[in-house]
Amino acid sequence: MKKSVFLGALTVAGLTAGAAVAGTMDDVKARGKLNCGVTTGLVGFAAPDANGEWKGFDVSVCRAVAAAVLGDQNAVEFVPTTGKTRFTALASGEIDLLARNTTWTFSRDVDLKFEFVGVNYYDGQGFMVPKGLGVSSAKELDGATVCIQTGTTTELNLADFFRSNNISYEPVPIETNAEAQQQYLAGACDVYTTDASGLAATRATFEAPGDHVLLPEIISKEPLGPLVRHGDNEWGDVVRWSLNALIAAEEYGITSANIEELAKGTNNPEINRMLGTEGTLGEMLGLDAEWAKRAIAANGNYAEIFAKNIGEDTPVGLARGLNAQWTNGGLLYAPPFR
Amino acid sequence: MTTLSDPPKEQFRLSMLLYDTRYRSGTIQVIALIGFMLLAAWLINNTAQNLAELGKPIDFGFFSEPASYDINQRLLDYDSRDTHLRAALIGLLNTLVVAVLGCATATVIGVVVGVLRLSHNWIVGRLMTVYVEMFRNVPVLLWIVFIMAILIETLPAPSAFRGEDPAASMLLSDSVAFTNRGVYIPEPLFSRSLGDIHLLGEASLRFDVSVNLIAILAVLIGGIWVSNIIKRRADRIQESTGVRPTTWYLRLGVILVPLAILLAALGVHFGYPALKGFNFQGGTHLRNSLIALWLALSLYTAAFIAEIVRAGIMAISKGQTEAASALGLRQNRIMSLVILPQALRVIVPPLISQYLNLTKNSSLAIAVGYMDITGTLGGITMNQTGRELECVLLLMLVYLVISLSISAVMNWYNESVKLKER
Repeated sequence: MKKSVFLGALTVAGLTAGAAVAGTMDDVKARGKLNCGVTTGLVGFAAPDANGEWKGFDVSVCRAVAAAVLGDQNAVEFVPTTGKTRFTALASGEIDLLARNTTWTFSRDVDLKFEFVGVNYYDGQGFMVPKGLGVSSAKELDGATVCIQTGTTTELNLADFFRSNNISYEPVPIETNAEAQQQYLAGACDVYTTDASGLAATRATFEAPGDHVLLPEIISKEPLGPLVRHGDNEWGDVVRWSLNALIAAEEYGITSANIEELAKGTNNPEINRMLGTEGTLGEMLGLDAEWAKRAIAANGNYAEIFAKNIGEDTPVGLARGLNAQWTNGGLLYAPPFR
Repeated sequence: MTTLSDPPKEQFRLSMLLYDTRYRSGTIQVIALIGFMLLAAWLINNTAQNLAELGKPIDFGFFSEPASYDINQRLLDYDSRDTHLRAALIGLLNTLVVAVLGCATATVIGVVVGVLRLSHNWIVGRLMTVYVEMFRNVPVLLWIVFIMAILIETLPAPSAFRGEDPAASMLLSDSVAFTNRGVYIPEPLFSRSLGDIHLLGEASLRFDVSVNLIAILAVLIGGIWVSNIIKRRADRIQESTGVRPTTWYLRLGVILVPLAILLAALGVHFGYPALKGFNFQGGTHLRNSLIALWLALSLYTAAFIAEIVRAGIMAISKGQTEAASALGLRQNRIMSLVILPQALRVIVPPLISQYLNLTKNSSLAIAVGYMDITGTLGGITMNQTGRELECVLLLMLVYLVISLSISAVMNWYNESVKLKER
């Protein structure tokens, strides 16, 4: 009983601490480090490399924000979170920003009191099965055993999908992607379901990726994006516009290669405003003029980050698809820097 | 002549609360109590206020919302349209199942190992020591994960049972299948079933009770009761004549014959698991998560119980054994008639806390994806609704009630075995 009283006290203390944090930006600056929540390891999105350095698509968002706010893309403390612990970590103030392929939903935004600052990956839930199973559609999965990460929207989508198609399944709830991979490869489940991007990333780490197929059905909309606590709008703005800067940079052709050149001034006022040679956008955010320049210079623009971590030339091998710029028929559309 | 008068009545003065030793300790305790209550009030007030500021006041309304997730092991009917409350109930039953199975198995293994550890046989004694030291010195979470990994990695997948020349086959004339998704065993079915009693209609806490089960239990209990009457009669005859009539066939008969008649009347038969589609269908499916959790908790707790049993036996003085053997009792009779009844007095109190530990340790279930109450109410429900405080408070209350109930039952048992001083 002692233990549970202690846990209860911890919970209470955690909630107290959570509400005490108001000016996240001041806290981050005072700390000199950004606490960024990421996954416990999903290759391409967020995973430590051989040197123990965190790399990935979501990690780049953390680094861009750190570069914009603190001037150093390495001033980030990465906090691995599971599907279950991530929201408590953010609500309690343990992390300043959650960049962990988290789906933007109504109840998370409104009821859980979080602020989704945008979408950095438009995804949908898919299914992966071994080729040997001979399944070509998710509707043929009647009676299958399905591995699923617990505490995610995919868990709810899965229940809805099987229910609406009137077929049965056996859910095997799992905490982390690594455990899911182990169970799936051992044949303890027939199917692994999560966001299609996550499936592609997981498959990339298999010994024989070719032996596994992603089924054609995408059963949900999963707009994944970084989020912060509700109610701290200054901090929310900083993260939102750091993300927008990466997206807009691709649109305007600002890359890590030419950014120094462009930062000297160009004929395009929008680029000038972004990079701080014109206007006072940085000041409005409570940052200096070169915030966006640093954010983009850290890991390049959206296209560069995509190509380096999860693009078609990487083992994950995802096509841009919905995540192309609006000018190329995709959904990425950064509001104007004005 | 002197007159004696009563000593003057002492007037109570406020300062006596501090300076009079009769009152001082009381004063200090009252002040400490007030301080503690203020602290608690401050914590509660602070929490409530912060939650209100966050816009998340304490509210249990989410319990009547649909849970929207599925649970694999369910003892009652449940689907994703049922409420969070029902999901919590399903989880609670799963917790109780693994706790009861675990406590029973741990007791059996613990008692056997504890007695064997005292064996004069060197190899048996040392082996038991190795077992005890191995299990109680490694965290139980590691055992759970380890056993799960062994089950998943070493047993064949259901697909290995398929084909002309399958890599794996079912055991015991095709009735039991060990797979890396669990063990499938035959289930009893009733062709002339008496049906179920539905309690609480359509409510979230609705409960189906099988009439078959009630009938079987009633016949069993009745049989044991009659059997006890026969035993007492035999005792009486033995006391008056010195000769004990042979009654074992009678006693066995009054239990088994009515049971067999009832089972035949209900048309009991077994449903065997068979490979169909992706998985085995039919039969009872003992999931790997349950087996891993059950085994790990039992083996871990049994190591502690073995030590408790050994300590209890060693606490009985050697003179008792010697006196018993001087009376001509055999080894096993000495153990069951003389040593164990006395040792129980020492064993039961620490055994209670081992049962409590096992029950609370079962909350590690999520490590292997076993959907106990921590996995449903304290896991998915908490995560999907974002009601951390409500869920954790309720979870604590549930474990508190389970633990106190176990304590109450075991304390009652302890009363009945402890030394009766006359």
